Amino acid sequence: MTTAVTPRPDTGAKRPRRPKGLSPHLFLVLAVVISVFPFVWTIVMATNTTRDIYKSPPKLTFGSHLLENIRGVLDTVDFFGSMLNTIVIASVTTVLVLFVDSLAAFAFAKFEFPGRRILFGTLLVFMMLPLQLAVLPQFILMSEIGWVGMLKALVWPALSNAFGIFWLRQYIENGVPDELLDAARIDGAGFFRQYWNVALPMIKPALSFLAIYAFVGAWNDYVWPLIVLTNPEHVTLQVELAQLNVGHNTDYSMVMAGVLMASLPLVLVFAVFARGFIAGATEGAVQGS
Amino acid sequence: MLSYWRQYLAISPFYLIFLGFSFVPVFYSLYLSFQRYDGLGTKQFVGLQQFEFLWSDPVFWLSIRNTLIIWVLSTVPTLFGALVLATLLHSVRRFKGFYRIALYVPNVTSIVAVAIFFGAVFSNDFGLVNAILGTVGISPVPWLSDPWLIKVVIALLMTWMWTGYNMIIYLAGLQAIPQSVYEAARMDGAGPIRTFFQITIPIMRPIILFTVVISTINGLQSFSEPQVLFASNAANQNLGGPGQAGLTTLLYFYQSAFLDNDYGYGAAIVWAFFVLIIVLVVINWRIVQRGRKS
Repeated sequence: MTTAVTPRPDTGAKRPRRPKGLSPHLFLVLAVVISVFPFVWTIVMATNTTRDIYKSPPKLTFGSHLLENIRGVLDTVDFFGSMLNTIVIASVTTVLVLFVDSLAAFAFAKFEFPGRRILFGTLLVFMMLPLQLAVLPQFILMSEIGWVGMLKALVWPALSNAFGIFWLRQYIENGVPDELLDAARIDGAGFFRQYWNVALPMIKPALSFLAIYAFVGAWNDYVWPLIVLTNPEHVTLQVELAQLNVGHNTDYSMVMAGVLMASLPLVLVFAVFARGFIAGATEGAVQGS
Repeated sequence: MLSYWRQYLAISPFYLIFLGFSFVPVFYSLYLSFQRYDGLGTKQFVGLQQFEFLWSDPVFWLSIRNTLIIWVLSTVPTLFGALVLATLLHSVRRFKGFYRIALYVPNVTSIVAVAIFFGAVFSNDFGLVNAILGTVGISPVPWLSDPWLIKVVIALLMTWMWTGYNMIIYLAGLQAIPQSVYEAARMDGAGPIRTFFQITIPIMRPIILFTVVISTINGLQSFSEPQVLFASNAANQNLGGPGQAGLTTLLYFYQSAFLDNDYGYGAAIVWAFFVLIIVLVVINWRIVQRGRKS
C-alpha cells in the first residue's frame, strides 16, 4: 500500500472503525449475490425448457414450464417415494441422536465415574478419523446381518456420531448449574429424573441446534445410501437426484426441477431456524478450538 | 464400580452403537488391508502385498495428486475469502443477521444438488458460463474435459459451499476480541491493513488453526463432487471424468471396493490415505504454529 497514513482527526465520538473508501456493504452484497445465485439460477432453469436455456444468448428470466418439468421428474423417478424414505430416515435418526447423545453427555458432564476420561478421550480421537475408514466393514457387517437395501442400515451407523456428545457435554457443563441438580437430589430425584426433569428442559437451545444439524446431515447424506441401498424401492432423495442426472441426453430443466424440489424443504427449514442454528454452530466451533 | 451403574447405563446405548458401527469397523478395515477378499470367498492373508501394489499403482498416485490439487485449489480461496468476509461483516452494523444467513446457506444445501448445478452451468456444450463467454466473443472453454479445468470446477464448487461456514467461525472469533485492543492500535496510528495483519491475524491464530485442520480433513475427502459431476455409476465406469482428472482417492477407493469388489485393496487405499491425511494435518499445524514464534 502506498497510501500515506494521515493522522485522523480525533472527534471524540464513538464510531466503529471503518475502512476508508468503498463501503464494506458493497463487497458483502456482491458475496451474497454469488452465494444466492445458484438458487436463483436453479429456479430459472427449472421454469424454462432446456432448449430455451441452451440457446445463445440464454434466456435469463423465469419461464412458465415449471409444472411440465415437475411432471417430467415424477414420470422419471419415484420422487415422493424417495422423499418419504428420506423424511422417515432423517426424523428417526434425529430423535434417536438427541436421546442417545444427551443421555451420555449428561453423564459425562455432571458425574465422575471410573473410565470417564478414557471413554471420552476415545470419542475425541474418533471425531478426527475420516468416516470412510469404517465404510467398508460397515457394509460387510450389513450384508452379514441382512440389512443391505433396508432403511435401518442408514439409521444405526448415523447414531454413532461423536460430535453430538462432545457438543452437548460442553453445553450441559456450563448451562446446567450444579446447585439445581443438588436441589433435585435432595428432593429425592435419581439420576434419570435429574436428566429428564432438570437437565433436558434447560438445554433446549442446544438440542434444537443438534436436531437441525442431525436432520440436515441425514437428509443430505449421499455416499452411504449409495453404497448400502441396493434395493431400488428404498432409495433416498439424494441418490434419486443423482440418478436423474445420469444419462447422455440430460434434460437439464427437468433435472433442475428435481434439484429444486429436493432442496426447497431444507432451505425453508433452515431459513426458519437459521438464527438459532448459526448461533449454535459458532458456539461449538469456537469453544471446540 | 457397581454404584456407578446408572452412569454406565446412560452412556451404554451410545457406546454399544459406537463400538459396533465405528470402533470395530475401523480396526477391521486395517485387518482387511492385509487380506485378499472379494466379499464372497474366503479371506486370504497376503501380508503387505496390497500396500506394495498400491505403491506401484499409477492410478492410486494419480488419485492422490488429483485430491491434493483440488484440496489446495479450494482451501486457499475458501479460508482467505472467509477471513476477508468475516472482517468486513464484523465492521458493519446493519444487516448483519441477513448477511450471515445468506452467506451460510450454501453449506446446508446438498452436495448432490450443488454438483448437478455446477455440471449444468459449466457444461462444455451449452452451459451458462460458456454461453456468457460466447456473447462476449470468447470461444467455449472445455470446463469438464480439460484435466486442469475439471479440478478448477470441483474446487470452485467446494469453495462456494464452505466459505460461508468458515466465515461464521472467524466472525465468532473476531467478536471475542476486545474492542480496546483496536482502540490502542488506533491511538498508535495503525491503519486498517496494519491492524488486520498485526493484531487480528495473530489473535485469531488458534481459530485459523482449527479451520485449517477441519478443512484438511474435509477437503481431502472429496468424493460426491466428482462422482455426481461425472455421473459415474456401475454402468458408467469412467470415474472422475475424462482422463480420470477428477478421480479423487476416495472415489478410487469406492471403485476398488464396491465396483470391483476388491475389499482388501479398498481397505489398503483408505488406510494409506488416512496416513496421508495425518501427515498433512501435522504439517499444516506446524506451519501455523511456527508463525507464532516469529
